[in-house]
Amino acid sequence: MTVALEAGPRARTARNGANPPMGGDNVLEARALHVYYGAFRAIENVTLPIARNRITAFIGPSGCGKSTMLRAFNRMNDLVPTARVEGDIVYRGQSIYAPGVDPVEVRRHIGMVFQKPNPFPKSIYDNVAWGARINGFRGTRRELDDLVEAALVQAALWDEVHDKLDQSGLSLSGGQQQRLCIARAIAVKPDVILMDEPCSALDPIATLRIEDLMQQLKERYTILIVTHNMQQAARASDYTAFFNMGDRRQGYLVEFGPTPELFTNPKDPRTEDYITGRFG
Amino acid sequence: MTALAPGSIGLATSDAARQVARRHRVGRAGLAVFQLSTIVGIVVLGALLYNIANEAAGLVAYEHKTDPAAVLPGGRDLAALSAPELAAVLTANLSPGEVATLEREAPLAERSQAELRRLVDERVLETHAAAAWNLTDSVLDRPAIEATVAERHPDADLRLTSWLSPAFVTAPQSGDAEYAGIRTAILGSLWVIVITMAVAVPVGVAAGIYLEEYADHTRWLNRAIQTNISNLAGVPSIIYGMLGLAVFVRALEPLSSGGAFGAADPTTANGRTILSAGLTMALLILPLIIINAQEAIRAVPSSLREASFGLGATRWQTIRHHVLPGALPGILTGTILAMSRAIGETAPLIVVGMSTYITFDPSSPFDKFTTLPGQIYQWTARPQPEFHHIAAAASVVLLVLLVALNASAIYGRNRAQVRY
Amino acid sequence: MTVTTTRLRGVEAAPEADTVPLGRRRRWREDAVEAVLFAAGFVSILTTGAIVVVLGKDALHFFRNPDVSLVDFLTGTVWQPQLGKFGLLPLLNATLMVSGIAMVVALPIGLSIAVYLSEYATPAVRNRLKPTLEILAGVPTVIYGYFALTFVTPILRWALGARTVDIYNVLSAGLVVGILVIPLVASMSEDALQAVPRALREAAYGLGATRLETSLQVVVPSALSGIAAAFMLAMSRAIGETMVVAIAAGAGPRLTANPLRSAETMTGYISRISGGDLSYNSVDYDSIFAIGLALFVITLGLNILSGRIVRRFREVYE
Ligand SMILES: Nc1ncnc2c1ncn2[C@@H]1O[C@H](COP(=O)(O)OP(=O)(O)OP(=O)(O)O)[C@@H](O)[C@H]1O
Ligand SMILES: [Mg+2]
Repeated sequence: MTVALEAGPRARTARNGANPPMGGDNVLEARALHVYYGAFRAIENVTLPIARNRITAFIGPSGCGKSTMLRAFNRMNDLVPTARVEGDIVYRGQSIYAPGVDPVEVRRHIGMVFQKPNPFPKSIYDNVAWGARINGFRGTRRELDDLVEAALVQAALWDEVHDKLDQSGLSLSGGQQQRLCIARAIAVKPDVILMDEPCSALDPIATLRIEDLMQQLKERYTILIVTHNMQQAARASDYTAFFNMGDRRQGYLVEFGPTPELFTNPKDPRTEDYITGRFG
Repeated sequence: MTALAPGSIGLATSDAARQVARRHRVGRAGLAVFQLSTIVGIVVLGALLYNIANEAAGLVAYEHKTDPAAVLPGGRDLAALSAPELAAVLTANLSPGEVATLEREAPLAERSQAELRRLVDERVLETHAAAAWNLTDSVLDRPAIEATVAERHPDADLRLTSWLSPAFVTAPQSGDAEYAGIRTAILGSLWVIVITMAVAVPVGVAAGIYLEEYADHTRWLNRAIQTNISNLAGVPSIIYGMLGLAVFVRALEPLSSGGAFGAADPTTANGRTILSAGLTMALLILPLIIINAQEAIRAVPSSLREASFGLGATRWQTIRHHVLPGALPGILTGTILAMSRAIGETAPLIVVGMSTYITFDPSSPFDKFTTLPGQIYQWTARPQPEFHHIAAAASVVLLVLLVALNASAIYGRNRAQVRY
Repeated sequence: MTVTTTRLRGVEAAPEADTVPLGRRRRWREDAVEAVLFAAGFVSILTTGAIVVVLGKDALHFFRNPDVSLVDFLTGTVWQPQLGKFGLLPLLNATLMVSGIAMVVALPIGLSIAVYLSEYATPAVRNRLKPTLEILAGVPTVIYGYFALTFVTPILRWALGARTVDIYNVLSAGLVVGILVIPLVASMSEDALQAVPRALREAAYGLGATRLETSLQVVVPSALSGIAAAFMLAMSRAIGETMVVAIAAGAGPRLTANPLRSAETMTGYISRISGGDLSYNSVDYDSIFAIGLALFVITLGLNILSGRIVRRFREVYE
């Protein structure tokens, strides 16, 4: 009955302790990345490795380009007509911005969960199944049922919705909707999941559930999360990247490192100011 | 220089108080003007409806070529006769050939009393309206009207008549206002509108999708298309008629007349057909449908698109599964509104070449046609007042149809809004 | 680097690590759909192109006729095709008189309704009035024509005397065309008024202005360009209106300044000539295209101007 939902390229059994970020075990890496909206440079020269099966948090003041940075990792910025990228992002050895690369294919492997829960106005079941269907799921109805269940189990939502799969996804509470969106993302078997402030619309209890969930999910997936919540970054992430805004409102990477290190012993005074709330 | 001390414009002074009172009076006068204007708008709508209703019924003085007393059994009133009695009157007074024709259309024995009465009126008594009055005069001035009729039309029956009747809706066009109906016009409108919508909706929605979901508006061609559509929406409808005349009726005559398919109507065999009319009208409402579809598509929240793209959906998958279903109620509403616009349009079809007199039901896209508003126009343009009465009756039908359509669109718009 | 891949039921095998195929799949369906959708959008360009070509070509044909000259067309005061006189002025004059009268009716009433709806009316009143306006806007023009001929004209003839007012006359047509464009003026002006920022109104109230003073001295002037755009669009609509003038303004071109007489407008002429049995190779046929071209140029000019004003105006507040 339960199908183990594996991440696409299955992770090597995680070693104990945090990987050194610059080591060989990075799924994704931004290299000298600049992102522009028209003439405005929103991200300036960011080089950043993302460790496999780890949670990497992006923190920084509002408007510094965290969302922009995150969306660069699965080419969601392509949907903004004025957006443009310089530099590169490498995913498993391939540039995702290379000419022959299909952004649709990139997003199959690098899924996304958004700030505001955005389930489709469809049934809970269809919300989860849809992604698999459009990605060429060829199994039987039974197999699809199993897939939906497995995704909902992994998203820690199954117990709450198993008896009302045909109800609208919009009928759920905000926290449930967000977990539904996570289940939906999982069901297409991504390798990496990008989360843009996934808890900002949720209450503290729902937030904790999502954080727990992330800890389970990182066994199988690599997770990038944007958060405004310093405790969340400290609690839930393995690595943290702190971004700041320059005088032309361009965002740049100030400091990056293992989370405990960055929070207890920041190298940059601006990081220290920010995490201690003396910022601005 | 006076220092602006507190109280220097103090409200205590009686001058200032008087001034404020005056300003309030002016304010009330202004409000009265605005309200009056609004009332004028409502009154005008009322007058328009009143006028149509007023002309669609009233007293009519009927004269008969044949004296009813001579043909109706026992000199009874026409309305008092039963269906079999009326059938008997018809058989007795019409030539065997005429009776046979009527029997072939529908056996006399199976026809309703109202239908037979109309036949007796038309064929046996040859009843004509000698004079007609509108409803208001008929009610308020009845004695004067009776006196006039007694003097000028001593043999006439004066009857309160509704020009709008079931028979009016189902009868074909006729040269006599008393017997004319709008059946052919309604069918013509129906044919034209079906072709119009069949062409305009898919093209318009597709264009709307292109402009909202695909077009890169930094490219001049896409901007040109967008600007062009808003300009097209303002082109007078008669210009579309000329476009239809030159392109569909004239240049594409072999196609629009059906000649190329061997389906041409032998009585005309020209391009002034339902097909030309439908295509012309489709071009006319295309900008409306596009603009509306764009608005409906824009109203679909972009979070849905992002969710879909984030799952690795392609653009068309995103549109097909999320954008279009979300935009559908809005698109439908706009389609209905565009349809009611097309149903009411007259000028372009006059130019394309609506026929003035059609007694047969249109049965193919290559037939000649008339439409409901076209029929209203032709009757209004006639000098005889009876025709103005039937134009009013036809207007009632048209208005009821359009109000029903619009109301359903507005109702649909308010109800079917998807909540996200 | 080796990674174990697990085959999941129904899903393609997960790719070997570091060789995830990201290459563009051939999505011919996507391309075909986009091509079809683009073609649909391009239909509008074709339509405009066809209008210009059709009107231009036959108008050119018209001016090639030895009886016709462009100068006479633009300055001639007589339009009598039988006599070879093709002066546009009588038709143009009637068109301008009708739309001028229409504007005199529609602008003050439409604007007043807009101010009332935007600045005074409670939501409940608005929710009743707006549908009324929508119904008024949805009445087919042929019914307005009928209204002009059978209601307004008799009233005019009763009020001013049957001898001074022709059965078909410009005034009746103009008044009714005015009524017909009231909803357009009202709703566009209301949009313009609504776009004025609340802060401006509050500033005026804060200075002790009454509602009327705020409306007329602050809000309306701020929305002036939007109102001007509405006015121009309404003018264009009135100039292009056909059925009311065809029914109520009379047949036969006449150069007159008296709105109580009958006079045929450009649209009225086009509909009368093309409504008859028209042969394609006649001067009459060509002449309606020359008039159509003039009509197109005038209305398009007004529409473009109106669009420009609206766009400029938007930039101010957004
Ligand atoms: N679609 C866009 N077009 C133009 N500029 C944009 C667009 N999206 C974002 N920006 C700009 O890019 C900068 C970075 O925005 P971004 O949303 O990435 O910031 P953020 O760090 O996620 O902020 P927040 O914490 O408030 O979510 C901002 O200055 C923003 O105004
Ligand atoms: Mg953000």
